[in-house]
Amino acid sequence: MLPSFSKVIAEKNANQPPAHGTQVAHGVGDSPLHIPKIETRDLNFFYGQRQALFNITMSVPQRNVTALIGPSGCGKSTFLRTLNRMNDIVDGARVEGTVLLEGIDIYNPNVDVVALRKRVGMVFQKSNPFPKSVFDNVAYGPRIGGLTDRRKLMEIVESCLKRAALWEEVSHRLKDSALALSGGQQQRLCIARALATDPEVLLMDEPASALDPASTARVEDLIFELRRNYTIVIVTHNMQQAARVSEYTAFFFQGKLIEIDKTDQIFTKPKEKETEDYITGRFG
Amino acid sequence: MSSEFSPSTSRPSLYRRWTLSTLKEQSIRVLLFACALVSVATTIGIIGILVVETGLFFSQVSVGAFFGDTVWAPQSSDEPRFGIWPLACGTFLVAGVAGLIGLPMGLLAALYLSEYASERSRSILKPILEVLAGIPSIVFGYFGLVFVTPYVLQPIFMNGLGIDVGPFNVLSAGIVVGIMIIPTISSLSEDVLRSVPQGLREAGLALGSTKFDVSVRIILPAALSGIIAAFLLALSRAIGETMAVTIAAGSQPDLTLNVFRPVETMTAYIVLISLGEAAEGSIEKRSLYVVAMSLFLITLAMNIVARFILRRYRNEYQ
Ligand SMILES: Nc1ncnc2c1ncn2[C@@H]1O[C@H](COP(=O)(O)OP(=O)(O)OP(=O)(O)O)[C@@H](O)[C@H]1O
Ligand SMILES: [Mg+2]
Repeated sequence: MLPSFSKVIAEKNANQPPAHGTQVAHGVGDSPLHIPKIETRDLNFFYGQRQALFNITMSVPQRNVTALIGPSGCGKSTFLRTLNRMNDIVDGARVEGTVLLEGIDIYNPNVDVVALRKRVGMVFQKSNPFPKSVFDNVAYGPRIGGLTDRRKLMEIVESCLKRAALWEEVSHRLKDSALALSGGQQQRLCIARALATDPEVLLMDEPASALDPASTARVEDLIFELRRNYTIVIVTHNMQQAARVSEYTAFFFQGKLIEIDKTDQIFTKPKEKETEDYITGRFG
Repeated sequence: MSSEFSPSTSRPSLYRRWTLSTLKEQSIRVLLFACALVSVATTIGIIGILVVETGLFFSQVSVGAFFGDTVWAPQSSDEPRFGIWPLACGTFLVAGVAGLIGLPMGLLAALYLSEYASERSRSILKPILEVLAGIPSIVFGYFGLVFVTPYVLQPIFMNGLGIDVGPFNVLSAGIVVGIMIIPTISSLSEDVLRSVPQGLREAGLALGSTKFDVSVRIILPAALSGIIAAFLLALSRAIGETMAVTIAAGSQPDLTLNVFRPVETMTAYIVLISLGEAAEGSIEKRSLYVVAMSLFLITLAMNIVARFILRRYRNEYQ
């Protein structure tokens, strides 16, 4: 139905190994979802008086990539930041409803936000390495966790840089300032840094939007690779990217979740008119 | 019809016409320039006088004696001596104590304001700090003399520990100058801390840092050079501070490191001589200028270094 994406999706399916042993749980609409890692129920979000999210009920499947798409200002970032409570630091912000991480309400007053954020990592649109060495950037998370053993730290740094596909490029300059890396390298460093706290979920807010095509391709490959071990939620404005890297896609519009489904489905036979209009570029 | 709006007649001339309003514009410009010139000229004049008088001073007292002697006794009738060290030592001792008190307090206040305080408490605390900055230094001086020494230092050190604390002493002066520079340090450091990009805070929090982790491991190291600059600026203010130290530290040019004893600082000496009856052209009067020159050079150097560091720091994050 939407021929422009069928090629991308066909290519992806050709590369993708068969579903990796996850059971089928309850789904949204007709389409079955995998085991949910995160579920939101009737989530409303307010910036002061202004409501930015309306009754979002959706689940994020475990060990998969879920893409959030939608026009600018529709609340994708806001939604993403409710999942690790980064919105707590916004003055006057207020949340209603529930967000469950493996069944536990993360807005319960007894939840330790610091522990939550160690389990739900985040990569930002603008790469934000600390003005420290490459090594110290990646070692930051383990260090605040109390790890001081230099050998252990080195092991973690190496394995995270490898998983972030950056090791080859920086192994000989771990002591150099992270700010001396290229934009694409900095973003992969931020991914490595997020991996070092050993999270289960990775939230990525337009992680490749500031990168050149080659770096973008590397980050996309990386995300596709990481989905085997992590639950990933990625915001993107790039439809091709959403089609390439994600298993599920959620379409947001004006603070509401219009539709969430298998990515193939969304990009070939969306159920809602708004989704189709957006994907085909008729607005937004 | 069309000729009426022909471009050639409706376009304004490019040439300047001398009307009343252009004349007004010009005279305002000249006036403002003159005002700017006055302050520049004053500064040049002051520096000129300092240089000339310093030259005259050194025609009577050798540079070697000035930097080599350890006694400052310009008013001694038989053999006046002009070793700068007692004054320099008194100055740095007071500034040092002020730094030990003002720097940590100012920095902690800045850290609180920029990292912890809500908009509401910021809007209450900042004006209070600004009021503190606006208190005349003479008030602080008396505060040191009539409150800090008799009600804080003497009970603790004299009655408690048996250390002799005179009515005039370095510690009380250092404490009041330290309190006095807290607003300077906190407002300069707060600017510096706030200019650390928000992205770094978010990155830190998203990695599971507490606010304290973020402040200590990310914000402070990132802002370090800027904070050093803020310290230097505040210290140079402490060194140049006049009234507070004249009153609380006394006027006894001793070469000492004992903070319980009175000293004489450079600024205090300048006040003393300006108020005294030393004749114009006398060596005593000239010694005032040479002390002023030294003070000027010290604070100028600190300011230049601080501004240089600050500028580099700002460039780092832009
Ligand atoms: N800190 C804030 N204070 C007040 N309103 C905000 C704040 N951040 C976002 N908003 C508003 O909330 C709405 C959703 O913003 P959000 O950043 O989530 O959109 P988005 O979908 O991520 O957009 P984009 O694609 O441009 O990043 C917007 O209307 C925005 O103006
Ligand atoms: Mg956004």
